[in-house]
Amino acid sequence: MPAGLLRAILAATILAFAALVHAQGATKDAAPGPNDACLMCHGDAGAKSGGGKSIAVDAKKYAASVHGGMSLPCTACHDDPAVGQMPHGTVKPAQCASCHEKAVRDYTTTVHGLARADGKPVAATCANCHGTHDIAKSSEPSSRTNHANLEATCGACHGNEEIIKQANLPGGNVAGKFHDSVHGQAMAKQTAAKDAVPTCTGCHGAHDIRAKSDSESRVSRAKSPAMCGTCHMGTKAEWEQSQHGKLRHANVLQAPGCIDCHSTHTITRHGDEKFALGVIDKCGDCHTDFAKTYRDTFHGQVTRLGFAQIASCSSCHGAHSVLPKDNPLSKVSAQNRVATCQQCHPKANANFASYDPHANRHSRASGQILFFTGKFMDLLLLGVFSVFGVHTLLWFVRSLKAMRERGTPPKS
Amino acid sequence: MASHANTLPAAPAAAAAAGGRHYRRFDALDRVMHALLMISFIGCALTGLPLLVADHGWAQWFARFLGGFQSAQLIHRICAGIMFVVFVGHVVRVFATAVRTGKWLEMVWSPNSMVPNLKDVDDIVGHVKWFVGKGPRPRFDRYTYWEKFDYWAVFWGMFIIGGSGLLLWFPFFFSNFLPGWMFNIAMLVHGEEALLAVGFIFTIHFFNGHIRPEKFPMDPVIFTGRVSEHEMLEERGTEYDRLVKEGALAALETTPASPGLRKLAYAIGIPAVTLGVVTVVLIVYSFLT
Repeated sequence: MPAGLLRAILAATILAFAALVHAQGATKDAAPGPNDACLMCHGDAGAKSGGGKSIAVDAKKYAASVHGGMSLPCTACHDDPAVGQMPHGTVKPAQCASCHEKAVRDYTTTVHGLARADGKPVAATCANCHGTHDIAKSSEPSSRTNHANLEATCGACHGNEEIIKQANLPGGNVAGKFHDSVHGQAMAKQTAAKDAVPTCTGCHGAHDIRAKSDSESRVSRAKSPAMCGTCHMGTKAEWEQSQHGKLRHANVLQAPGCIDCHSTHTITRHGDEKFALGVIDKCGDCHTDFAKTYRDTFHGQVTRLGFAQIASCSSCHGAHSVLPKDNPLSKVSAQNRVATCQQCHPKANANFASYDPHANRHSRASGQILFFTGKFMDLLLLGVFSVFGVHTLLWFVRSLKAMRERGTPPKS
Repeated sequence: MASHANTLPAAPAAAAAAGGRHYRRFDALDRVMHALLMISFIGCALTGLPLLVADHGWAQWFARFLGGFQSAQLIHRICAGIMFVVFVGHVVRVFATAVRTGKWLEMVWSPNSMVPNLKDVDDIVGHVKWFVGKGPRPRFDRYTYWEKFDYWAVFWGMFIIGGSGLLLWFPFFFSNFLPGWMFNIAMLVHGEEALLAVGFIFTIHFFNGHIRPEKFPMDPVIFTGRVSEHEMLEERGTEYDRLVKEGALAALETTPASPGLRKLAYAIGIPAVTLGVVTVVLIVYSFLT
């Protein structure tokens, strides 16, 4: 038994005895508790320290807490000889590590722990997530760390605009974003999946929360696909076989993983119109030329107008299984192209499918006829508008002059 | 212009009372055809152009206003159908007239023909000279050179935009015998020709026909079919003289447009001109930004 705890129990015993003596006359019906001596002062809801700070402890709440249920004396956490005197001065903060040694040690390596060590008092410590005198096991519905309550618990800082601004928290109001995401809505709408969907800790962990820039982080760029894959196993397997997955496997970290298309805190259903349209631009972040030529097609124009019912990148290339066209398994390979067109155009034939959906009219590589037709049309437009532009301008000026000379315009 | 007054036929009392003689320029079918062409052209333009500037808010708003891209496409195709009927109807009419009258040469070589002739070349030179103050304004016949250009531009456009449009409308049929790259060409020329046609009609044609100072804000003749003697002398002096010489002018004399018809002409024409100009401004703005 650690020396500290021994001392604490000793102190508690003394205090308990003192309390017992004190309480004899007043509360005959209440069973004596180990903390009665402390509660003599701290049990008063209006109790204040010399500095005016509340030092009240709700005895009932404490009794209902996980520590209260274990009948732990105050001194189990408030392990400071100073509490032996009454009244006493400031005591050391609660020492969670006296019992939860591993958890506290892990905490020191987290983004919160590192920030604390860096002298940032706003960073969460044990009490911010677990509470103080009301700590409950996370299996308890009332617990701050219960699955259903984590959004609010983390959101106390990561959803608080003032703290976000003060501490420059990454991602801004991530609790609010999460709430509107497919995961957050599964929780909020109490769907059947509510107990299985990830909430904050599902992705970030608890005593191992690390910054995404930390390569050890569960949400680091390198590790996040594996993290999403703990639930989305089938999708992850599909992605691993795709060009993007293969590149990642070859340590090309720029290759997109889950979050590049789906985002992190704002993940929506893939059928969501905003997502379906937005992901086109995500593809375009890397595949610039293809995104540009796509916008020259009817598909690209209609999706740009804001309608998602028409082919986007993934309609033809696949989403998680995207492969280059020279791979026979690719949806756009010579072998599969007609079938891919037929998804939407059931009557498509080989000629139809030989339409170039990424033709670049400014490049001869897309066909001489297209290139020169484009040039011809450009010249035609330029010629017609130049000739008639000048014609119209001269006419306009001359007409005005003629009208001024005549006084009034000739009216029918 | 006073010299012409001596050659004028005797005016019916009614026409004189209404402020001068009036002559028929376009018959009912001409006017209906123009109205249908105008409606279908504007319809195609408004439902098609948003695609070309799809990244602009106004285009996105307008596409939603039309009820989405499917309903825009439906309107586009209905208008294309109307335009196709007008085009075929016109060609049939031209040939039917030649068959009926037996005057095949007149179809291609007469003042009533749309085929350009030597006078048009003279008129172009004369008109430009007048623009720069180097000569008198030419006197025009029934159809001026810029009207003929408008006319043949529609012909050209019908083949280019209509042909490519049919390919895009019925790709499964055409892909039975056309290679895929033809659809790339069709997509390209349909859009480019649309810009050309819309840009031309909504600026050049509108200026020539309607918004130039002499006509501002519009020339109702295409809706009323009637033109005043004064305007005919101003705008088409050669035609006037020719008709007088041929003794055909009196047969064309008609009542002035009724106030109701004139109101209708303005009620259709001014919104159409405004809509066109606004569209062009938006398109130009969108391409520049």
